[in-house]
Amino acid sequence: MTLATRSHEATPILSLPDRPGGPVIGVLAVQGDFAEHLRMLARVGATGVEVRTPEDLERVDALIIPGGESTAIGKLLARYGLDVAIVARASVPSPDPGGATGQGEPPRPPLAIWGTCAGMILMARDIGDSGSKVVAQPLLGLMDLSVRRNAFGNQLDSFETDLDAPVVSPRQPVHAVFIRAPLIERAGEGVEILARLPDGRPVAARQGHLLATAFHPELTNDLSFHRYFVERVAAATSFAELPVR
Amino acid sequence: MTATVDTATTSMNGTAATSTWTTKAGLAKMLKGGVIMDVVNAEQARIAEEAGAVAVMALERVPSDIRAQGGVARMSDPDLITGIIEAVTIPVMAKARIGHFVEAQVLESLGVDYIDESEVLTPADDRYHIDKQNFRVPFVCGAKDLGEALRRIGEGAAMIRSKGEAGSGNIVEAVRHLREITDGVRRLRSMPREELMTAAKELGAPYEVVLRVAETGELPVVLFCAGGVATPADAALVMQLGAEGVFVGSGIFKSDDPAPRARAIVEATTHFRDAARIAEASRGLGRPMPGLDMTAIPAREMLSNRGW
Repeated sequence: MTLATRSHEATPILSLPDRPGGPVIGVLAVQGDFAEHLRMLARVGATGVEVRTPEDLERVDALIIPGGESTAIGKLLARYGLDVAIVARASVPSPDPGGATGQGEPPRPPLAIWGTCAGMILMARDIGDSGSKVVAQPLLGLMDLSVRRNAFGNQLDSFETDLDAPVVSPRQPVHAVFIRAPLIERAGEGVEILARLPDGRPVAARQGHLLATAFHPELTNDLSFHRYFVERVAAATSFAELPVR
Repeated sequence: MTATVDTATTSMNGTAATSTWTTKAGLAKMLKGGVIMDVVNAEQARIAEEAGAVAVMALERVPSDIRAQGGVARMSDPDLITGIIEAVTIPVMAKARIGHFVEAQVLESLGVDYIDESEVLTPADDRYHIDKQNFRVPFVCGAKDLGEALRRIGEGAAMIRSKGEAGSGNIVEAVRHLREITDGVRRLRSMPREELMTAAKELGAPYEVVLRVAETGELPVVLFCAGGVATPADAALVMQLGAEGVFVGSGIFKSDDPAPRARAIVEATTHFRDAARIAEASRGLGRPMPGLDMTAIPAREMLSNRGW
C-alpha cells in the first residue's frame, strides 16, 4: 500500500481489506505491456508484482494478463507450465474438499483474473475460425466467450474512443484504446457484458471472478477498470470472507 | 502528450480516432519483452511465429547477405510482403530506405503494421529522413545515441531501436549504442532545467522532447535493441542493459538450426535475469551465425553510420 502515495490521483480504497500489504495483484510478465499495468495498480493503491513462473503465481491473490501478442504469450505460458497453473488456480474449488475430516488448509478462493486484449483472447473458450492460420493459438479457455482475433483489421484500423460502462464507471464514459483488437462474438449465459461499442458489439465482459476487455485501460489515464478489478472483482473473490462494500 | 502531432483521422460513427499517437506508440508497447525476427519469405515468417516471435520484419535479404553481396538494398517485393501478411497473425513490419517516403507510402498501402526506416537498406536521401508525422502507419527508426533517437522521435517515430551493426553477428556495437542512449537519458534526468536548452543544442534534438525525457527519465517511446544479436545470452545482455525487446536479423536464419535458436532467444528475452534458464536455453543449438570483428569492417561499410 506504500505505492499509493506515488499518485496524486490515488484515493483511499475503502473496500480493500486492512491486512499487511493488501492483496497482491500479479501481472503476467512473459511478454507485453505489463509495466503499464503495474503503474496503474500503483496509482489505485494496489500492490502489483511481475509473474513469470508458476512459483511467482503462487504468491499472488489475483492476476492480470496484459496486452501483448496472444500467440507469443500463449506459447510461452505452455512452455513454462503457467497455463496449467493458471487454470488450476482459477477454477472454483469443489465444496468441502478434505473438509470431512476437518483437516488441512481451507480451500483457496479462485484466482481473480483480468485479461486485456491478448489476455481476453487467452481467456476465451474459443476463437472461432479467427485462429485458422497455420499457427495454432493456445487458449486458457476460462470464460464462456467466443472471441475474434484482429477483429478490426491491421494496425491502420487501431483506434481510440469513449465507451459507456455504467457498472464500472457510473458517472462518465471510459476512454478505450483498441490496438489490433479482438471482439466478443458470443457470450454464454452467466457472462455479464460491461461495455459495448456504439454499434452494440460487446468489448468488455465479466463472469464471476473473471474479467475481460478487448481494449487497453493501461494505456490511458482512466483508472476506472483497474479500480473495478482491484476493489470489486479481486476483493470479492480472493477475500470473499471480508465485506466488500 | 509529446511533441509529435497526431495524424489521427476520425471514423467509426464519428466518435473513434484512428492512427493516434496512443495507438502508434501503443502497438510497440504490446511488443515489449519480445523478439522481432527478420524474415525474407512466408515460410520463415511461419517459423518465427511458431517460435514465439512477437512480430516479423519483412526485407528482401537479411543484413549479412546484403553485406556480403553488396549492391543497392531496397524495399521488398510487395508479393513477398503480402505473402508474409497472409501467413501469420502477428504484426508484420517492413523496411523502407532512409528518406524514401514513396517506399513508405507503398508499404502503408499494403497494410503493414509498422515501417522500419532502416539503415540496413541503402539510403535514398543523404540529408533528410522521412517526415513520419505524415503517415497513418507507425514507424520504428534506428539510433546510435540519444540525440539521434530524439531527432527521429521529433520526426514522428513511435518506436526506437538501437542500431548496433546489422549483419555482423557481433554484439559490441549494439551494446555501445544502447549504453549511449540510456546514459544520455540518465544525464538529462540529472540536469537542472536551465541546462536543458544547451543540452538540446548539443544533442541536436528538439527541445520539447528533451524536456519530456528530463522530466520522466525515460524515452517517450519503446526502446528495442538491434544489430548483432546472435545468441540467447546476447539477447539477455541487452535486456539487462535496458532494452525493452530485441530485433534479431541474420542471427536466426543464418545459424545452423533456425527454429530451436529462435525459441531459445525468445526464452532468454523473457527470462533475461534468470541465468539458469538462459544456460538451459543455450544448450545444443549448433553453430550461431558467423560473426565479424569490427576491425574487419571498413568504416565506409559500417551500416550504422547511415542516417544522422
